[in-house]
Amino acid sequence: MTTTSGIAGKVAIAGLGATEFSKNSGRTEIRLAMEATLAALADAGIEPGEVDGFCSYTIDKVPEYEIARLLGTQNVTFFSQIPHGGGAACAPVLQAAMAVATGVAKTVVVYRAMNERSWYRFGSGSYGFANTPTVENVNYGWYMPSGLHTPASWVAMFAQRYMYRYGATSEDFGRVAVAVRDFAATNPAAFFYQKPITLEDHQKSKWICEPLHLLDCCQESDGAVAMVVTSLERARDLRQKPVVVKGAAQGIYEGQQIMTSFYRDDITGLPEMGLVANQLWKQSGLTPADIQTAVIYDHFTPFVLLQLEEFGFVPRGEAKDFIRAGHHRRGGKLPLNPHGGQLGEAYIHGMNGVAEGVRQVRGSAVNQVADVEHVLVTAGTGVPTSGLILGVE
Amino acid sequence: MTDPEWMAAIRALVGKDYGRVYGWDPVNVPMARQWAEIMGVDNPRYAEGKLVPPAMLQVWCMEGPTINHYPPGSTTENPYEALKLIEAHGYPSVVAVNSELEFDRYLAPGEKLYYTTRLDAISEEKSTALGTGFFITLSMTFFSQHAAGDEEVGRLLFRVFKFKPAHAAKPAMGTPVGPPKIKRPAPGISDDTRFFWDGAHAGKLMIQRCKACGTLRHPPGPCCPECYSFEWDALEASGRGTVYSFVVMHYPEVPPFDYPNPIGLIELEEGTRLVAQLVGVKPADVHIGMPVQVEFNQVDVGAPDGNDTIALPQFRPVVG
Repeated sequence: MTTTSGIAGKVAIAGLGATEFSKNSGRTEIRLAMEATLAALADAGIEPGEVDGFCSYTIDKVPEYEIARLLGTQNVTFFSQIPHGGGAACAPVLQAAMAVATGVAKTVVVYRAMNERSWYRFGSGSYGFANTPTVENVNYGWYMPSGLHTPASWVAMFAQRYMYRYGATSEDFGRVAVAVRDFAATNPAAFFYQKPITLEDHQKSKWICEPLHLLDCCQESDGAVAMVVTSLERARDLRQKPVVVKGAAQGIYEGQQIMTSFYRDDITGLPEMGLVANQLWKQSGLTPADIQTAVIYDHFTPFVLLQLEEFGFVPRGEAKDFIRAGHHRRGGKLPLNPHGGQLGEAYIHGMNGVAEGVRQVRGSAVNQVADVEHVLVTAGTGVPTSGLILGVE
Repeated sequence: MTDPEWMAAIRALVGKDYGRVYGWDPVNVPMARQWAEIMGVDNPRYAEGKLVPPAMLQVWCMEGPTINHYPPGSTTENPYEALKLIEAHGYPSVVAVNSELEFDRYLAPGEKLYYTTRLDAISEEKSTALGTGFFITLSMTFFSQHAAGDEEVGRLLFRVFKFKPAHAAKPAMGTPVGPPKIKRPAPGISDDTRFFWDGAHAGKLMIQRCKACGTLRHPPGPCCPECYSFEWDALEASGRGTVYSFVVMHYPEVPPFDYPNPIGLIELEEGTRLVAQLVGVKPADVHIGMPVQVEFNQVDVGAPDGNDTIALPQFRPVVG
C-alpha cells in the first residue's frame, strides 16, 4: 500500500492498559494513571524504564514528569499535551507516532486519567470564568451571562439547526443511544452493563437542553486508559499483535471556536472533522468501504450523525436514513462504538474509544466485529479535533 | 476580639443538649421518590423505591409546610436559641457555612426517626467580607426508634455565621437575611469588545466593522479576517433579526437563571449572528425563522457583594 504520510504504517500501538470505569474511583488520579500505564507496559512486555516519551491532554491533571518519576525512567526525550478537551483524544497517538517515526523517542506512553465524576464535573454550568480579558474569558462572555453554559447546550444549538435543515429527529438521535447502550449491555467493563434502553426510554428521559434529552448525553466517569506507542518494527517482537497506525490527524477549520462555532455560513457540519477525514483517507489510502467498525465520539448523540457525513459514510443530511436502517447497530453494516461508547461504557474523554479500536484490530474485543481490518476512531467534536485509522499489518 | 459583656450568658449554653425532635412520618417510599424528583436525582433505585436516598436524613424530621409545627412529644426548646439571643444584640444576618452529613447505613421504609441537638461551639467574634459576627456550630444526632433500644443512624454538623452585615442598607433587626444572592457571570470584556457592552449600555446593538474593507464581524476581534486590517469602528444595528437556531435550557438549574431558559442564535438583518436569551415568548412557541427585535435589560453580574450590572441584549418576537 502506498502512503503519502511520513508516519502511516510505520508505527504501532503495542500495549493497552486501563482501570475499571466508575462514578467514584476512590483513589487519586495519579494512581489511576500509574495503574493504566503499568498495565499497558505489561501488556506490551516493555520494561517501565524503557519509556522515553509521553503524551496526554492539556486538560489532564496528571503531569508526565510524575509518571516518569514513578516509572523510574531516566531519559524522557519527548513530551507533549494536546488542548481542547475531548478533541485531543486521538492526537496523543498522532504526536507519539510523529516522535517515533522521526526517532525523537522510541517508546511513548499516551494516557488519560481522571476523576471527572467524583472530583469535578464538566457540565455543571459554573466554571468560574473571570473577567480578566483573556481570549477564553472574552469568548465565554458571549454565552455565560445568558445561561448558555454547558457542553450540552452548545451542541444543542447545532443540533436544532441540523434537524431543521435535514429533517433528522430526536428519535434519530435516540436510535444512536439505543444501539450503543445495547453494546454496553454486553460489555462487563461498561458502567451500563446489562442495562439496555429502548427508544421509548430515550424519548421519556428528561430534557437537559432541548432538543437534547438526558439519554442523548454521555456519562461522566472516573477512570484511566493508557497505551504504548512504538515502531511497527519493534512491535512485531513484542507480546501483542501490532495495531498499526494507518492514519492519524488533527484539524482546526475556518471559523473554529471551542464548542461555539456558531458563526460559520453553515452550522450543520463539522468541517474540522472533515479536515481530519480527508487526511486519514489520504494517509491510509483507504475509503469508507474499507472500515469494518468505527468508534465515533459520542459525548452527545447528534454529532455522531454529523461525523458519519463528514467521513463520507453517507451523503450530507442522510445520516438519519443510515441510522433508521440500523446500519450502526450490532450486526449492522457499520457497527458504531461496539464497546458501548461514552454513552454506555464510560467517558474517559475518548481514550477508551481508542482502546476499543485497538481491541477490535487485535480481535480481542468483548463485542468483536467479524473480520476487522481497519477501525476508524474519532475525537471530541465541536472543538479542534483529531482522528485515527488503526489496522492490521 | 474580646467578647462583649452580654456574650457570657450565651456562651454558657455551649455544651447544652436539646431534646428530641420527631419526624411526622416514618421513612417512606413516596416521599423519597418525590424528593429524588425535586432534587433532580435520577438514580433508578430511588425512583423504583428500592433504596431511600441517605441524603434525606434531615428531611424525615423537618417541620413540614407550617413553620415550627413539630410532632407531639418533640422538645419545646428551640435548638437554635443561641442564634436568637445573639440576634437580639444587633446581629440580624445568618449564612450557613458548613453542613456535613454522615450516614451509618441506608434507612428502610417504616423506620421512625428523631434527632437531638447539641450546641457544640460559639467562636469568638470574627470579621469577614460579609460582616462581623460569630460562627455557631450545632451537631444533630439522628436515631431510629426500636423496641430494644434506639439506634444511632447518622449525624449532621451544622455551622452558621451570625453576623452584622458589613455593607450599607442594614436590614431591620430580626429581618431574616438569606445567603448572598448569586448573580450572572460577568462577561470577560477586552479592548476589542468593550464597544459592544458600552453600546448595549446606551441601548444600542453594535457590530464591529472593518474600516479598510467594511466587513462586519461578530464576535469581535482585533483585526479583520478578510483583509487583516487592525482599523475598525462599529455600526449600530437595526436590532431586527431572525432566530437562526435555538435551545431551551432545562438542566442543570444554575442560579440565578429561570428555567426553562430559551436562548437563540440570532441572525441580524446586517448578516452577523449573536447568542441571546429570548424573552416574551413561551419556549414551545420558539421556531427557526421567527422574527425578533432586540431589547436591553439591566442584569446584576459578578460577585454577590459587588454592584456590577451590564445591559444584556435580549430578543423578543416581533408581533404582527
